[in-house]
Amino acid sequence: MKLNIVKDLLGARLLTGESDERLARFDIHSACGSDLMSDVLAFVKDQGLLLTGLVNPQVIRTAEMMDVVAICFVRGKTPDESVLALARERGMPILTTRYPLFIACGRLYNGGLTCGEE
Amino acid sequence: MDNKIILSYEIDGGNFSGAGEASSSVKKVLKQLGVDSDIIRRVVISMYEAEINAVIHAGGGRAEVEISPDKIYVKFTDDGPGIADVQQAMREGFSTASQKIREMGFGAGMGLPNIKSYTDEIRITSDVGKGTVVEMVVYLQEPVQK
Repeated sequence: MKLNIVKDLLGARLLTGESDERLARFDIHSACGSDLMSDVLAFVKDQGLLLTGLVNPQVIRTAEMMDVVAICFVRGKTPDESVLALARERGMPILTTRYPLFIACGRLYNGGLTCGEE
Repeated sequence: MDNKIILSYEIDGGNFSGAGEASSSVKKVLKQLGVDSDIIRRVVISMYEAEINAVIHAGGGRAEVEISPDKIYVKFTDDGPGIADVQQAMREGFSTASQKIREMGFGAGMGLPNIKSYTDEIRITSDVGKGTVVEMVVYLQEPVQK
């Protein structure tokens, strides 16, 4: 699934400024929803989209180590500019959606994005 | 990559936001060296876990990374409180992290077990009141069976 489709399914807003054309170049094959970075580091196997309600810089660091393609903050959360700058340096698109984590994951799953491990 | 490359980092214990800078830097170096992406991932996840641990539990420390043609060796040294029972600390879910750290998404007791699962070798030596040394090795190729 292309990242611009993810953005549409979640009614999300892009925080890092890429064009829709640029977003369409990012392929998302799986997604993980978690507010616990310890679990993301332990259990995520497929590089894809990370959905989380945590907005501290370690979310970007964790995503970087895991080769996560993009992050979507849920529950309308937006990180501060220093966190966004960290993501921009890494070429990592950041989205935010008003949906809570469960609903955001459900919309993506219904849209055809599964975890890749079924 | 005929010679060893040695990298050293100081881990700032007072800066949770900066935790991960050493791991991020090592990732860039390994990418530039053309190391296999799966190996890079295993090394940097393990390093990042150890780096977070050093910041959370030990007030910082030092990381040394030795990149050889056949393996990547990483050593974290700190002067923190030490680990009283290393075997217990290796159990999934065991954690002494504060509530504040848990609210930041860490401290679930997955760090050391995670390092064990991603590396080929891990050795932890700890003196209570003096500090901890965590050494890890990831082989670039399968070790030759004797």
